[in-house]
Amino acid sequence: MASKVIHAIYNDDDILLQAVKKVRNEHYHIEEIYTPFHIHGLDKAMGLADTRIAITSFLYGLVGLIFSVVMMNFIMIDDWPQNIGGKPSFSYIENMPAFVPIMFELTVYFAAHLMVITFYLRSKIWPFKKAENPDLRTTDDHFLMVVDIGKHDINELTKFMHNTGIVEINVIDKDEDH
Amino acid sequence: MASHYEAPIRSPLITGDKTYHDITVDVAAPVEGKANKSWWIVFTIALVAFLWGIGCIVYTISTGIGVWGSNKTVNWAWDITNFVWWIGIGHAGTLISAVLLLFRQKWRMGINRSAEAMTIFAVLQAGLFPIIHMGRPWLAYWVVPIPNQFGSLWVNFNSPLVWDVFAISTYLSVSIVFWWTGLLPDLAMIRDRTITPFTKKIYSILSFGWSGRAKDWQRFEEVSLVLAGLATPLVLSVHTIVSYDFATTIVPGWHTTIFPPYFVAGAIFSGFAMVQTLLIIMRKVSNLENYITLQHIEFINIIIMLTGSIVGVAYITELFIAWYSGVEYEQYAFLNRATGPYWWAYWIMMTCNVFSPQLMWFKKLRTSIMFSFFISIAVNVGMWFERFVIIVTSLHRDYLPSSWVMYSPTFVDIGIFTGTLGFFFVLFLLYARTFPVIAQAEVKSILKSSGDKYKKLRAVHGDDVKLYDEVKSEIKHQDIEDTTKEENIRSLISSIGTFDPKTQTQDDLKRISGVDSIMEQKLHQFGIYTFEQVSRITDLEYDLLDSLIGELPGSAKRDDWAGQASKLKNS
Repeated sequence: MASKVIHAIYNDDDILLQAVKKVRNEHYHIEEIYTPFHIHGLDKAMGLADTRIAITSFLYGLVGLIFSVVMMNFIMIDDWPQNIGGKPSFSYIENMPAFVPIMFELTVYFAAHLMVITFYLRSKIWPFKKAENPDLRTTDDHFLMVVDIGKHDINELTKFMHNTGIVEINVIDKDEDH
Repeated sequence: MASHYEAPIRSPLITGDKTYHDITVDVAAPVEGKANKSWWIVFTIALVAFLWGIGCIVYTISTGIGVWGSNKTVNWAWDITNFVWWIGIGHAGTLISAVLLLFRQKWRMGINRSAEAMTIFAVLQAGLFPIIHMGRPWLAYWVVPIPNQFGSLWVNFNSPLVWDVFAISTYLSVSIVFWWTGLLPDLAMIRDRTITPFTKKIYSILSFGWSGRAKDWQRFEEVSLVLAGLATPLVLSVHTIVSYDFATTIVPGWHTTIFPPYFVAGAIFSGFAMVQTLLIIMRKVSNLENYITLQHIEFINIIIMLTGSIVGVAYITELFIAWYSGVEYEQYAFLNRATGPYWWAYWIMMTCNVFSPQLMWFKKLRTSIMFSFFISIAVNVGMWFERFVIIVTSLHRDYLPSSWVMYSPTFVDIGIFTGTLGFFFVLFLLYARTFPVIAQAEVKSILKSSGDKYKKLRAVHGDDVKLYDEVKSEIKHQDIEDTTKEENIRSLISSIGTFDPKTQTQDDLKRISGVDSIMEQKLHQFGIYTFEQVSRITDLEYDLLDSLIGELPGSAKRDDWAGQASKLKNS
């Protein structure tokens, strides 16, 4: 049997936030919410876990820093040491101040780009990816909540949803949707 | 609602009683509309200047940089002046997005998109100059760390010029990524509004399939915040390193430790001036006065005043330190700047950069659009002359009086500079017609706190007023309507016939012109699935349909759905 979901459409962010709280109080399962802009506190209200993307950025930054140190050490100290302006390149630590700009830039480069790539992959956004918002108005001024019907009674659930301030409600066969 | 509270003393950042949908429409309008005549005129002029610049670059590269006005004493002139000028301009965008984001300045939302675009276009112009001033640009790859000639000698990582390569390429690439990530929800908005398949395809590709899930937004916010945190030191590092190009030499006038902060302040100063110039025009041309308000212009003016004052202090510090150091070469370099043969350049710089921003202390002046525009142009000019003064007047009289010369640019120098101006405006004009020039998703998120409609509501009804009250009553209203709605549907279906999924197959109603996928969904909700049913619609049913659909009354009849459907059902 194809599982069914409810697409409840709202036209205001405050109403949506209240609806999320009501729906979760009744222990219905919110599968997804599509919004045209970031709503402060929505992730908390939905019970989404905090994102760890900032931590990845820190780790990528460390990778960049290590990469730059290894690169500077190899190029300027090991492979071809030169005496530039009376400052011989014999030891990394003595010449390190001159490499700080490169170390900084590469740290930022790695931290920024790899984090954004991680974000794109985790959120499945890249060129030629097909958009998955079920209603075109969710990039304009409507907010769409997907509620899993599961084992609940469909009539009871729709009746309940009607009281959460919806402007439109649709019952969708999930398998058809994809 | 309390979460939208903003101190009433703050003037609104979005004027004109806007709703979420109004923002969508206003931001999409320049993209969806047609270019007017003045756009084409300006675009043509910019394109001609750009092509002329390409010609001058080709001439330079094929002949050699002897075609420039640079000579054996002034061996670095307009090329590096223009480079630093453009790089400086390219500082405001990331500063607005990053620093103002970290400080939670809501007024950045109206202007950050265009400021970032301007940054990227300006850095592209800047990047041209180091490449062509190498003289042999086909060897430009020598600045990247590969062993020279693929042998064993590497680039010199002690040189600020190599640091520059790393700083600017990091800055450019991070700025592009920052800009584009912010663009995704807005490009998705345009994608979901487009009608023609071609534009739909284009914006689908550009928006990377952004769907706006709650988790995506959570990550989006975090990514923006971290990028802002990374970009803030980055933007400071870029101009610091550019200033090292001069400060690490022993040329009097360049050899100053104050250069890094002085250059950074100057860069922010010139960048904001360019943002001011562009936005004052754009808000008018693209009808965005409700989003880029007088308040925004005033804030930009205050930043121009502040950074202009820092620049002024730096100029005076330089003079003081030259005197205080007791080094006669240093002293002469500064005396020569102010009173030597290039005194006029120095005083243009002083007037435009130090004196003119001080006028912004007057509230009347900094809230005048014409005056702000005039000052922004003056600052752009002044900051170009600052670089000219630093570079040319420091070089033209060196340690050996027999090699003292004057410098004047050739038509090639001027041509390349005007070419980059042309290229910059070509890019910006194309951007203004194809991209959402306001970060509409972000503006929507501050609408309830900073929109004048909601601020007025709070002023009248108190801070705890429900900002969606009207909406809620509308829904109740609809609920009452629902009973009559059901009756209407019943009478509609009874006159045009029911659809039985067991015996009949449904038709693609979108083939009727005037029916899009949303309309089709609505018709399905009423129980209309076939052309047969649509073809039976008469005047009475049209009226019923109009009352059920509720939008664009009469359009179904005008498009003659019944007539179209009867043709389609027979084909």
